[in-house]
Amino acid sequence: MNAIAVQNLTKQFGSFTAVDNISFDVKRGEIFGFLGANGAGKTTAMRMLCGLSFPTRGEATVAGFDLFREAEKIKKSIGYMSQKFSLYEDLTIKENIRFYGGIYGLTDGQIKSKTDFMLQHLGLSEQANTLVKSLPLGWRQKLSFSVAMVHEPQIVFLDEPTGGVDPVTRREFWTMIYEAAHAGTTVFVTTHYMDEAEYCDRVSIMVDGRIDALGTPTELKEQFSASDMAGVFLKLARRAKRGDD
Amino acid sequence: MKSVIVNGVQKSFKANKGSVQALKEISFDVEQGELFGLIGPDGAGKTTLFRILTTLMIADSGSASVDGFDVVKDFKAIRKRVGYMPGRFSLYQDLSVEENLSFFATLFDTTIEENYDLVKDIYIQIEKFKHRKAGALSGGMKQKLALCCALIHKPSVLFLDEPTTGVDAVSRQEFWELLRQLQKQNITIVVSTPYMDEASLCDRVALIQQGSLLDIDTPKGIMNKLGKPLWSVRASDMYVLMKELKSMYEVFSCYPFGQEHHVIFHNDGQSILEIETALKKKGIADAQFKRTEPTIEDSFMKLMNK
Amino acid sequence: MKQFIFFIRKEFFHLWRDKKTLFILFGLPVAQILIFGFALTNEVKNTRIAILDNSKDETTNAIIRQLNASRYFDIVRDIKSDHELEAAFREGKIRMAVVFPTQFQYLLLHTNRAAVQLVTDATDPNVANTLANYATAIVMDYQSSMKGHQDLPYTINTELRMLYNPQMKGSYNFVPGVMAMVLMLVCAMMTSISIVREKEMGTMEVILVSPIVPIRVVIAKMVPYFLLSAVNIASILLLSFYVLEVPIQGNLALLVGECLFFTITVLALGLLISSVADSQQTAMLISLMGLFLPTIMLSGFMFPVENMPVPLQVVSNLVPAKWFYYIVKGIMIKGLGFEFVWKETLILAGMTLFFMVVSIRKFKTRLE
Repeated sequence: MNAIAVQNLTKQFGSFTAVDNISFDVKRGEIFGFLGANGAGKTTAMRMLCGLSFPTRGEATVAGFDLFREAEKIKKSIGYMSQKFSLYEDLTIKENIRFYGGIYGLTDGQIKSKTDFMLQHLGLSEQANTLVKSLPLGWRQKLSFSVAMVHEPQIVFLDEPTGGVDPVTRREFWTMIYEAAHAGTTVFVTTHYMDEAEYCDRVSIMVDGRIDALGTPTELKEQFSASDMAGVFLKLARRAKRGDD
Repeated sequence: MKSVIVNGVQKSFKANKGSVQALKEISFDVEQGELFGLIGPDGAGKTTLFRILTTLMIADSGSASVDGFDVVKDFKAIRKRVGYMPGRFSLYQDLSVEENLSFFATLFDTTIEENYDLVKDIYIQIEKFKHRKAGALSGGMKQKLALCCALIHKPSVLFLDEPTTGVDAVSRQEFWELLRQLQKQNITIVVSTPYMDEASLCDRVALIQQGSLLDIDTPKGIMNKLGKPLWSVRASDMYVLMKELKSMYEVFSCYPFGQEHHVIFHNDGQSILEIETALKKKGIADAQFKRTEPTIEDSFMKLMNK
Repeated sequence: MKQFIFFIRKEFFHLWRDKKTLFILFGLPVAQILIFGFALTNEVKNTRIAILDNSKDETTNAIIRQLNASRYFDIVRDIKSDHELEAAFREGKIRMAVVFPTQFQYLLLHTNRAAVQLVTDATDPNVANTLANYATAIVMDYQSSMKGHQDLPYTINTELRMLYNPQMKGSYNFVPGVMAMVLMLVCAMMTSISIVREKEMGTMEVILVSPIVPIRVVIAKMVPYFLLSAVNIASILLLSFYVLEVPIQGNLALLVGECLFFTITVLALGLLISSVADSQQTAMLISLMGLFLPTIMLSGFMFPVENMPVPLQVVSNLVPAKWFYYIVKGIMIKGLGFEFVWKETLILAGMTLFFMVVSIRKFKTRLE
């Protein structure tokens, strides 16, 4: 079964079509890269898939639940992390984990064992009671990824998770993504780093609200005769008409 | 003449417990007319350094000069001749493109007409939206407008703090093309970025991490400084490949790079056949090694590991 | 100079384009004046009262007629006994009863002394007090008219005059209060927010790096709010004069002058806040907690300063609005001239100077 199945999904704001009739599937355990220029409709599409906004038309199931009728069930089976907001900076690491565990209805026992496991896994056991804001950015991003996974969701949505992070931490972060995918979690990720697009099993590129390319990085590079994903992206995104007019 | 001279600059901030050293003994020079990149992740100290150079902050120790003027003593002179685009700079969202530009022109006691030549190439790209509010522009357009605003008084040195953060690859590339063109007008440009791939577009770069400079050189020079042969490797299961490679004592470092892993061995003359055999024993039969050219990121990571 | 004008123009753009805020800034004073004028007034109208007339003579009749004729009271009952009186109060049918003793007129004419008993429902003490005052006023009125007509030596021992506000209209007191409140909101809060917003957006960094003198930036920010306040002062005065019929006793020019002067005080306060706060939220909180509340609580406009405990009275001296309230009340309602308010004006001037100096000193040309 597919983790995400999208059929002719459309979102209009007034006369503006932010997402224009997109269709794609994401397999379970897949790392799916969701690329597009600023304003191509990525965020809108991602919001719909997370059950945060209703599509104007089309069909979609996320984690086996219908986007229109079972949005609440979807929210329980997905995790979400964005670069901008994820953790409370004025709470400690432990408090953040406990808070998110509580939100997703974990029992006290579960929260405790999760917290211990997570802290150990990240090597943060000694900093358990420090405020998140005193952590370096890279650690924070790794921690927020773990927190997004606290309820063992079927699918995790990552919105530009590695912006501004140093190259070593960025790779450590991707190692965590690989681990999660290996354990069966579906990963849906957006990024501005084109080399990261190549870490994905499959990549879709949105242009003007449509998905103009979809395939493995190798397929896409062949299809657009480019040496790397940056080349593919530039060729596609240069076709964009909207955004600036 | 050197456009920017930084000499042993240090700066710490008070934090919850004690203090955080944002800059540790930083020294470098920027030549007149150079496009100089300050490359490093968030929190490396880039913004602090920019603020010291634009006279917004005073260093704890060390000295710096811009265009021959001391950043502390002659701050007024510097304020007249630098252009600055702060990191979270967002223009006035409720003013139109034209109003924003003319506001920044008057701020420096000039007019759009006076220095139109300098911004012309950039401004014509956004001119058709000149009556639109800045808040309604796309990310790439906002950036171009911000650049115009920083240029409108014809600065001799331009400081751009992370101008391409959060901007898509297309706009980033266009932005760098603009910087290249500007450079021809003999403006010194100091630009910071967390994107390592942008380093190759600079004349020279300084790699900065946790308040210290890791290296200063031309992009080519930095790539060559890796010093060890770099191998790229592919296999059908990249995740397992990575795990196995990292567990081998011959391997100095192994990082994913796109669809490959970049591997450096402790021994420069490491026999690949040996490694391949070892991997085969662990069940990875299709590992393919290839010599490859290092990127800035390879060097950066190697320097970080020191 | 051109820079400065451009700056002011830009501030007007900001102000003009944020229509919602603009609407609030202009609507707020109007709404406040009208709310205080009509809804929150402690004036009483057509209160139901009862009469227990044990004397039933000419004098009592005349007084009852006058009570009934006033727009404050409606006589809904004639009561025959004390017992009935209690019942009427219990049922909540009346708020006050006027009790005349037997032989009221006889006592008045022969001993020159007679007592009317006013029984009020004191569950709401303020209203009870007001009612009693009104009734007393009417009785006194009658007594003095009696004295005037007959020129007889009926000495009236209690003389009660309603100073400055003979009809005891509630509107009078709050007009200066509302003015202080509105100026606090518009000037202090809005200027501080608009300066802090630039810090938040990062535009302040660019401005600091430019050759412009930062203090000019700040003054340019004040100009639109000064003008806005002038409009608000005008609308408050016009509304109170024409709609609420509060007379302006003193010199109008002096009144307006003092108001504009206070605006500058408050702008300086806003500047001070902006030099301390680094987020719009903080600026707003400081303005509300630090300025708005003391203006309401300690300026004397809600609660008379004389009734406060001594420490609070001392603290109230630090609240600029207290002095402003005193000045405006003096000019507008008592009709005082400048010779009576110059001291208070001087105190305000001192405060303004202090705020200005501190904030200009604190205003950083750098970021630390």
